[in-house]
Amino acid sequence: MNMSEIWDVHCHLSGVPGSTPEARLGKLLEYADRMGIARLCVFMGMQFVEDPSPEQMRQQNDEVLRAVRQFSDRAFGFVYLNPNHTQASLDELDRCVRDGPMVGVKLWVAQHCNRPELDPLIARATELKAIVYQHTWLKITGNLTGESTPADLAELAQRHPQATLICGHSGGDWEQGLRTIRPYRNVLAELGGGDPAAGFTEMAVRELGAERVIYGSDVGGRSFASQLAKVLGANVPNAAKQLILGGNLRRLLAPILKLKGVKL
Amino acid sequence: MKTARPPIGNRQSAIGNPLLPLLSRRSFLSTAGAASGLVASLRAAAAAKPHHDLALPTVGPLVDVNLNLSRWPLRRLPADETPVLVRKLRQCGAVQGWAGSFDGLLHKDLGAVNARLADECRRAGRAFLLPFGMVNPMLPDWEEELRRCAEARRMPGIRLHPNYHGYRLDHPAFARLLQLAAHRRLIVQLALVMEDERMMHPLLRVEPVDTAPLAGVVRQTPGVRLVLLNAMRTLRGQALRDLIAAGEVYVEISMLEGVGGLGNLLAQVPVERVLFGSHAPLFYLESALLKLKESPLLPGQLRAIASGNARRLSAECGVRSAE
Repeated sequence: MNMSEIWDVHCHLSGVPGSTPEARLGKLLEYADRMGIARLCVFMGMQFVEDPSPEQMRQQNDEVLRAVRQFSDRAFGFVYLNPNHTQASLDELDRCVRDGPMVGVKLWVAQHCNRPELDPLIARATELKAIVYQHTWLKITGNLTGESTPADLAELAQRHPQATLICGHSGGDWEQGLRTIRPYRNVLAELGGGDPAAGFTEMAVRELGAERVIYGSDVGGRSFASQLAKVLGANVPNAAKQLILGGNLRRLLAPILKLKGVKL
Repeated sequence: MKTARPPIGNRQSAIGNPLLPLLSRRSFLSTAGAASGLVASLRAAAAAKPHHDLALPTVGPLVDVNLNLSRWPLRRLPADETPVLVRKLRQCGAVQGWAGSFDGLLHKDLGAVNARLADECRRAGRAFLLPFGMVNPMLPDWEEELRRCAEARRMPGIRLHPNYHGYRLDHPAFARLLQLAAHRRLIVQLALVMEDERMMHPLLRVEPVDTAPLAGVVRQTPGVRLVLLNAMRTLRGQALRDLIAAGEVYVEISMLEGVGGLGNLLAQVPVERVLFGSHAPLFYLESALLKLKESPLLPGQLRAIASGNARRLSAECGVRSAE
């Protein structure tokens, strides 16, 4: 394992050129190569679906499975779940993580993550040693109906102290989001998806410690460049940057990768 | 059957790995005049060290057309002291920066703002920072502010913030301002936004500038040289192409997004209309820098965007060339 490798926790097939999932992931990897990024975590399918039906969930996950199987030495898949369909989500967890190659869970905007419907999903993901990426945003312009805030995630974290939860986008409004998740040691802050606002990474490291901060890009909607810059341009020690860019994600994924026999 | 897998760390591009060790400014500048020298230097560095070591990337001599001095009203920034910003710019290979002032967003005494801006730029030394004075055509006697920017302070251009200053682009004063600026050969910088509207302070919510009237105004203002700042978040597709075609209109890349974003932009906009802008210190300077690496660019495209286009534009307006 190269300890200086960059691993990206947040990549999509949407917004990338290519007519098939594997073509799109191949294209993403071309750009990743230019930026020195070794591994990509990929979730959700060719098109975004906010509140997918069970059939749509399976299709989204099938597309990711198809892509990551093609590039199994460069990409990991996260299973996309919808808490509005609990049993179907549990079935997808088993299909894609327990019995398949996926290593994490993606939850988006179908339902607020503090709802009890999430409990069986988080419990099952934790049993499988899968990490959970939850999108969060706190918008002054108004959130989507089911869009979670960092406060929603904090409630979930309190109920599931054994789960490993990633606060997607650090809540967008990171100055509030970072404070909200600060007390919950099982929650990590992801830097991706917002503007490369200077001071974001510095505050995250100051308030949470570098071991709780994680790099993600949110490509194809965002660029690798703007999101890597949040780490490379930050006034934090190089050791902190190494953790954020890959060390932390390797540590989080190590148990499930070991279970699956993945050698790094 | 599996398709060919791209290897980690493609060394075939003109620019190479973005996480290369920092080339010294001196060694870089020694090759800056020759494109082949630039590309050769970067290739050699890539071949020498293919894995990253977290050093700042350097891609060539840069003219950064989108800087602000003084204080962002809502938070202190890591590089909001001018000497710190200048040091960072030089470390990244910048040879010149075009600077407005955060003060100009909310202050009413723009005469004082511009005096401080000019003084601060002068202190940075040897025309490294060029001041772009703030003009608000909604303020009384704004024409005098424009005159001072051009004559007394010898500024190369002005910077406008219509959304913070409370006017639309179909306001007659805006058209008049563009005419006067064109007559004085001033570069006009127009900022469409300053930050993501989703995370604005509840007491300081500012809509993006509506550019719908702008192409018409530009067409009616021969000689105007217009640089759109922070435009790539809201200005896209046909509206962008129409504006570029309307006259001498430029865009910069600070808010350009999407994987391979610069390559995508060049499919829509002629390379000679694209400038390097970082929106530092509000944004990490490295964001714009790394965009030059993410998309595969020809050496000529890279040179034009990094500095060539800005040098040509400022030379047309009688500004001394960046060193």
